[in-house]
Amino acid sequence: MKKMKLVLVGNGMAGVRTLEELLKLAPDLYDITVFGSEPYPNYNRILLSPVLSGEQNVEQIILNDLQWYADNNIRLHLDKTVVEIDRVAREVKAADGTVEPYDRLLLATGSLPFILPVPGKELPGVIAYRDIKDTNEMIATAASHQHAVVIGGGLLGLEAANGLSARGMKVTVVHLMDWLMERQLDPVASKLLQKSLEDRGIDFKLKTQTEALLPNADGTRVAAVRFKDGETIAADLVVMAAGIRPNTALAEAANIHCSRGIIVNDTMQTFDPLIYAVGECVNHRGSVYGLVAPLFEQAKVCANHLAEYGIARYSGSVTSTKLKVTGIDLFSAGDFMGGDGCEEITLSDPLAGVYKKLVVKNDLLVGACIYGDTADGTWYFKLLREEKNIASIRDTLIFGESNIGDVGHEGHNKAAAMLDADEVCGCNGVNKGKIVRAIKDQGLFTLEDVRKCTKASASCGSCTGLVEQILMNCLGTSYSETPKKKAMCACTDHSHDAVRVAIREKKYLDQAQIRSEMGWRTPSGCASCRPALNYYLISTWPHEAKDDPQSRFINERAHANIQKDGTYSVIPRMWGGLTNASELRRIADVAEKFNVPTVKVTGGQRIDLLGIKKEDLPEVWKDLGMPSGHAYGKSIRTVKTCVGSEHCRFGTQLSMDMGVRLEKMLFGMYAPHKVKLAVSGCPRNCAEAGIKDVGVIGVDSGWEIYIAGNGGIKTEVAEFLCKLKTDDEVKEYSGAFIQLYREEGWYLERTVHYVQRVGMDYIKARILQDAPGRLALFERLLFALKDAPDPWKDFEAAGVDLKQFETIALPQLS
Amino acid sequence: MTTSEQWILVSKQQDIPLLGARVVTGAAAGPIAIFKAADDTIFAVLDRCPHKGGPLSQGIVHGHAVTCPIHAWNINLETGCALEPDEGCTRRYDVKCVEDEVFLRRDQLAAL
Repeated sequence: MKKMKLVLVGNGMAGVRTLEELLKLAPDLYDITVFGSEPYPNYNRILLSPVLSGEQNVEQIILNDLQWYADNNIRLHLDKTVVEIDRVAREVKAADGTVEPYDRLLLATGSLPFILPVPGKELPGVIAYRDIKDTNEMIATAASHQHAVVIGGGLLGLEAANGLSARGMKVTVVHLMDWLMERQLDPVASKLLQKSLEDRGIDFKLKTQTEALLPNADGTRVAAVRFKDGETIAADLVVMAAGIRPNTALAEAANIHCSRGIIVNDTMQTFDPLIYAVGECVNHRGSVYGLVAPLFEQAKVCANHLAEYGIARYSGSVTSTKLKVTGIDLFSAGDFMGGDGCEEITLSDPLAGVYKKLVVKNDLLVGACIYGDTADGTWYFKLLREEKNIASIRDTLIFGESNIGDVGHEGHNKAAAMLDADEVCGCNGVNKGKIVRAIKDQGLFTLEDVRKCTKASASCGSCTGLVEQILMNCLGTSYSETPKKKAMCACTDHSHDAVRVAIREKKYLDQAQIRSEMGWRTPSGCASCRPALNYYLISTWPHEAKDDPQSRFINERAHANIQKDGTYSVIPRMWGGLTNASELRRIADVAEKFNVPTVKVTGGQRIDLLGIKKEDLPEVWKDLGMPSGHAYGKSIRTVKTCVGSEHCRFGTQLSMDMGVRLEKMLFGMYAPHKVKLAVSGCPRNCAEAGIKDVGVIGVDSGWEIYIAGNGGIKTEVAEFLCKLKTDDEVKEYSGAFIQLYREEGWYLERTVHYVQRVGMDYIKARILQDAPGRLALFERLLFALKDAPDPWKDFEAAGVDLKQFETIALPQLS
Repeated sequence: MTTSEQWILVSKQQDIPLLGARVVTGAAAGPIAIFKAADDTIFAVLDRCPHKGGPLSQGIVHGHAVTCPIHAWNINLETGCALEPDEGCTRRYDVKCVEDEVFLRRDQLAAL
C-alpha cells in the first residue's frame, strides 16, 4: 500500500514532538517531510538561556540530531521557509522553489517576537531573543561591546538580561509596567526578584516607554535608546523581549481561519480537516500557550489523531512558571493575584529572601506565587491542577509538603540543596547526579521519561516529589507535568475513574469486553491493568462477574507471599491477634515438619512462616488447620487489638472482642489495596489505631472512629470521623466507609490517598449525613462478603488452581 | 532429522492454564517455565529472571510477554530477553506442539 504523505512545517519542539509521538503509535503510516527555516535540527529552545549565560553550549541542547531524522526516514529540508500552502493541489512551496505534496499537513510555525514600532528598530545591533542565531549574536556582541538594553521585563527579557550580564555587559532592563514579570508574579515577589537582579549589577527602568533607537555617528549601528521622558542611555545592543505573537502568516495566506493564532479544535485540527496545527502558533479555546508542557500535551493528542486512533482530546492546560536564572528561585502558577472571593495565605521573611503567597478559593488552591524557597512548588502545582480539597491541611499548607514525615531518602526534601551523590531513589539506588545527567543528555521531559530511563521513583514512589523537583530545576518552565486524568497504563488512555464508571453503567462482566469496547491497545492487557480490571469487576458486580486468577498477582493466585528466592511465606489468621495452645502447637509442628527456616512475629499480631516451597503450600495449610490470613493480598489484613477492659486496668471497652467481630465481618474482603484495622480499649491507644485505615478507640462512653491513617512510606495520621455508642454502630459505620472505598478507590490507592482525593467532607456527607445511604453501603458490603470462601480450604469456591502446586518432572535425559 | 532434534513430551497443552505457566524440572540448566499466551501459543524459557533470578513462571502473562513477580521486569517470551528499559536475557527453549502434546528438544534440555 502506498503510504500517505505527512508534511510538517516548523522544525521546532512542538512539531517534532508530535512526530515522535506519532512514530510511537504508527511508525509506518506516513512518508514524513519536515521543513525548518533554521539551519539546525530540532533543539531545546528553552535552554537558550543557559547557552547565553555560558552554562551550556549549542550542541548540548540539540534534541534530535540529523541521524534521528535519517533513522526514521524523514526527509528534512533545513534552512527552507515554506511560503505557500496550495490547499487545492495539496502541496506546500518553499521560498527556494521546493514543492512537497501532502495528504496531511502539520503546522508548527511557532511564534514571532513582537518588535516595537519605534524609529531605529531596523538598525544593526537591534535583535529579538528567539533562536540560536539571536543567541549567537548576543554572545558575539557581549565579547566586543559594553552596553546592552533589554526591552521587556518578562521571563524572556530577564533571562536575556541575566545572560548578557553574566557575559560582562552592563545591562539595563526597560519595562512598561509597574513591576517585573507582572503576568507571573505579584508586586511583593517581583520586588524581591528585582533586588536580587540589581545585586548582580543589572539596572531597571520601570514604567518606562521607549521612544526611539538612535544610531551611532556613521549610522552603522545602534548607539543609544531614548525614552518618552527624554532620557537617553547608551546601547550597543538592544534586545526586544516585549512579547511574542503566534506566527500565522502562512496559514492566513492560505485562508485557514486564524484569530490570535491558528484556530484548532480539541483534536488539534484546523478548519481544513487535512491540516493540523500544534504549538505556539495555535489558539485553542481562546488560549495561546508559550510553555512547553501544554505544547507536549497538544503533540500527544495530535499524534493520536494523525495515527488514526481518534480517541484523544486536548482540553487546555494549567501552567506554571519558573525562571531559569541560576541562583534565583521563583515559582508561580494559576491565579496568583487573587481577587473576589479569594483568600490569601502569605508567609514573608524579607531578610531570608523568602516569600510565599497561596490563593485559596472555596477550599481549593487556585494560585501560588513563591520566591526564594520553591521546594514545594511542584507540590502546590499538583494540588492546584488536581483541584484537591485543602480544607484539612489548610493550617500547614503554607509550610509545604516537606513538614510531613517521609522516608527513604535521608529526609531530603529540597532537591536543589542535594549533592549529585545524594540518593534520591532508595529503592533502586539512583542518586541525583544520575537523574540530572539523564535529563540533560537524553532530553527527558516527564516523570515517566525519568522513570523509564533511570528507574528513579519507579518502585515505591516516595521520591516522586523530589524527582519532579529535579525535573523542574533542570528544565524550568518546560517541565511537563503528568496529565490530570492519568491513564490507567500504557494499554489505554482511559483513567481509573472512567473505567470504574463504565463497568458500573454498562454492566461489563468480563475483561475482554472492557478491552474491546473501550479500545485497549493490547489484546490481553498488561501486568498493571489486568489486576485492576479484575478487582473493579468483582467489586462492582460481586457474585456475578467471574474472578480471573490469571489476572491476579502471584500472591493472590498462590495465596501466599512470594519471597525474593521464589519461596513463600505463610501467615495463618489469628482473629484480633488472639491464638491458643492448639494453634501454636500446630504451627510448631508445621515449622518442624517442613523445616521452616524462619518463624517471625509480624507487626499485625500474628505468626509468619517464611521459606516454604510452593509445592508444600497445600500440605502446610492442611496441617495448620487455620484460616488464610490474607497477608499476601490487596485485601483485609489484620485487626490489631490491645488487651482492653477484658484484662487491662485502664481499659474502658472490650477491644479484643470488638476486633474479632470486625475481622470476622470483613473476612475474605478484597479491596483496591491492603486494609488494616486496629481497636484500642482506651485513649492510650496501644493498638496504634491512629495509623490504620480504620482505627477504633474505646472511650468510657462508647467508641471513636478514625479513618485513613497509614504507617508506611509517609506516616499519615488517621482523621476523626465520628463517635458512636454501640458495637453494631461501629460495624455499620466502619463497614460503610470501607465499602465506599471499595467502590470508588482506584486500584493500588490506599484509603489515605482515596480520602485525600475526594476530601473528608465528601466522606462525612456519605457516611454521617446520609443514613439510608450508609446503610445501603453497609448492606452492599455484607452482600459482597456473603459466603466468602477460605482459599486455604475451599479451593473450588475460591478458584484456586491446584495444578500450580505440581511441577512436571522430566524423564532421565541421558 | 538429526539426533539432536529428538523431542521429549513434557505436557499436554490443556494442562497449561491459559495466560499461565507450568514448571518443568529436571533440565540441566534448571527449572523451565512453559507458558500459554492468550493466542494459545506455547513458549518455554528458563524459569529464572535475568535480573535477580525470580521465577518467571509465577508472573502475569500478557501478549507474548511475562512480568516477573519479583521486581516487575517484562520478559519477551519469544526471545527470552527483557523489554526496555531493562536489559538481559534468560535462556529460551524450542517448543513443538503436535495436536495436544507439547515437546521440548532433548539436546537443549541436556545443555548446561
